[in-house]
Amino acid sequence: MVKPSIEPGTELDGFTIGECVHRGGMATLWTVTHPGITVPLLMKIPRISEGEDPGAIVSFEMEQMIVPRLAGPHVPACFGSGAFERQPYVVIERIPGKTLYDRLGDLPLGYEEVRVIGGKIATALADLHRQNVIHHDIKPSSIMFRESGEAVLIDFGLSHHNQLPDLLQEEFRLPYGTAPYMAPERLLGVRDDPRSDLFSLGVLLYFFTTGERPFGESETLRGMRRRLWRDPHPPRKLKADYPLQLQEIVLRCLEIEPVWRHPTASQLAFELAHPEQVKLTARSERLKRDPLSTVWRRRFNRGLTTPKPKADVAAQLASGPIVAVAIDTEEGSGPLNECLRATAAQLLATLPSARLACINVLKLGRITIDRTLDEEGRNKHIGRLVALRHWASPLGLDESRLTVHVLEAVDPASAILEFTGVNHVDHIVIGARQNSLMRALLGSVSARVATEAACTVTVVRPPRSAVALVQDDQEGRKPKAIEA
Amino acid sequence: MRLAVFADIHANRQAFAACLEAARARGAERIVCLGDIVGYGADPEWAVETVIGLVQDGAIAVRGNHDNAIGSPSENMNAVAQAAIEWTRGRLSGPQRRFLAELPLTQQEDDRLYVHSEASNPARWRYVQNSSDAARSLEATGAHVTFCGHIHQPALYSMSAAAKMTSFVPSSDVPVQLLGGRRWLAVIGSVGQPRDGDPAAAFAMFDTATREVTYCRAPYDVETAAERIRANGLPRWLADRLSAGR
Repeated sequence: MVKPSIEPGTELDGFTIGECVHRGGMATLWTVTHPGITVPLLMKIPRISEGEDPGAIVSFEMEQMIVPRLAGPHVPACFGSGAFERQPYVVIERIPGKTLYDRLGDLPLGYEEVRVIGGKIATALADLHRQNVIHHDIKPSSIMFRESGEAVLIDFGLSHHNQLPDLLQEEFRLPYGTAPYMAPERLLGVRDDPRSDLFSLGVLLYFFTTGERPFGESETLRGMRRRLWRDPHPPRKLKADYPLQLQEIVLRCLEIEPVWRHPTASQLAFELAHPEQVKLTARSERLKRDPLSTVWRRRFNRGLTTPKPKADVAAQLASGPIVAVAIDTEEGSGPLNECLRATAAQLLATLPSARLACINVLKLGRITIDRTLDEEGRNKHIGRLVALRHWASPLGLDESRLTVHVLEAVDPASAILEFTGVNHVDHIVIGARQNSLMRALLGSVSARVATEAACTVTVVRPPRSAVALVQDDQEGRKPKAIEA
Repeated sequence: MRLAVFADIHANRQAFAACLEAARARGAERIVCLGDIVGYGADPEWAVETVIGLVQDGAIAVRGNHDNAIGSPSENMNAVAQAAIEWTRGRLSGPQRRFLAELPLTQQEDDRLYVHSEASNPARWRYVQNSSDAARSLEATGAHVTFCGHIHQPALYSMSAAAKMTSFVPSSDVPVQLLGGRRWLAVIGSVGQPRDGDPAAAFAMFDTATREVTYCRAPYDVETAAERIRANGLPRWLADRLSAGR
């Protein structure tokens, strides 16, 4: 079998080879063109000759299996692949610009910039995990950004697809990956927990905000294994002005046990997008690492470090959804709000990792200019936040699972749709009101949300007796925040 | 070409009919039957007659240990299986018994090998229970893909050029490309007596152009199949296990 030699001008399955733009340990990257494709393209060719890293072949096989199945803005689009019998390659969209690795010289970056970058990466991870893929090599050089701002994850050679054979499972005696970023459970052979990517992102956030890697740069197995029992120095020890919220988020990502991290990448993205609502725990103010007694207990308590049976990634994601409840806080909403609360309680009872976002739309008049103060001089916005917390308090939710949001908007349905889209909400619970004057004039908010939302929507109606009550109560009232 | 691969039909008419219909709906152009057409189930005549018809239309079939036991009473089996074989033998016609006895143990087509149990010694009816069993089978053949059944639980093994093994429990309806750089052992679940906890009948589709294998499930009328087993006086356990898929 004669393999075609790759050089500029060579043609391979309709792709014309251009220049070599990268020569890495595992693969070379070439620009290519194709008559029918206008997107800039890159061809990735593995190094598979004698004496090369045996991992290169297996990694490339994983990319060949996984990359063509991925979709969406957070991965490069795939345009073709070639088999090993002739010339192995994959052709992917060339993302313009550089990877985050290029920023290493600028570290530490400002907290706000890192928070925004981290939110974009968490959003990209959420999208990847939803496609049953765990990246397993999240680090600065695996991350790029589109001109439109979205993070793009590249290099899937170490990835795990929960519905495909894992060719790396038995290939290597040592865990394969980038030592400083590798999650502790990876050292025990666990490859099917999406929260391993959250750990790696935590390492990146720590590194980018402090300039120091939380677990150093040790490449030895012995050095790497320390993270199974030894926690890193809290960022506030390194930088006294480190924001409490950010330390809370970063140290939660770096929890040794995956179950203590954020349940899903979506929930991490949500916290990074709403830092003011992060529930601060003892983590946020810590200046010291765990005491030696804790470290020793971890080190010699085998229960903590025993690998778990194979996980179902989709089931794990499904157990930690973001649920948004749209609540009307004005008078007369009582019966409907009770029904909304009962529905929310049922959902949360079955989903112990779910988080609840209570939203209320403060409706603006189309021509109103001064909107900060209402007629009594009280800040309307704050009043609504208080009312939302009051609504949620009977649920008895841990603060870390609850956030409240007042959206100011002219059009309530659009505001709800935008909020739930941006925050990757998995399930919207919204009340429906029958026979209201506003509904007759403007159309139903709940109907529009149910039609246009990208996620599951539950439309809640009060029981029949309560409906009569609500209708009686509506006589002559002002328009409300949410009409449905 | 799209192949539909069936293993361990075990005289379950309801399950086999459901699989044939599902495979046709998925565009099956050729049928492969990996043996154990009879044994356990209550409709051996129909099952054998159906496979004979399929083979006449170009299907490929190989012999399983239950098919073999019809003509070889010495075949070593447990008491329940043996009771079902004795009953089955009395039900089949001479030509049907001859069809089973004359089935080959293996068949090769292009770079694919079809065998009931595994390739290293097909007549010994060894189970592929783990990666080392799979490695033994893969080392015995040069085929790119070996399809087998026998164990009634779907699995997919691969061996890299460096002889490293991977094992995988396939997800239904997710196509897996059997990459050319390694060799594969596709263990197909059972049509007529699934034992992986899912009572739905199991089969697989394979696209020879894209080299994608898709493991499939076809729900069927389990209750009727179980009732037929009871009504014919076969061991009740054979009926009970169908609804549990164990």
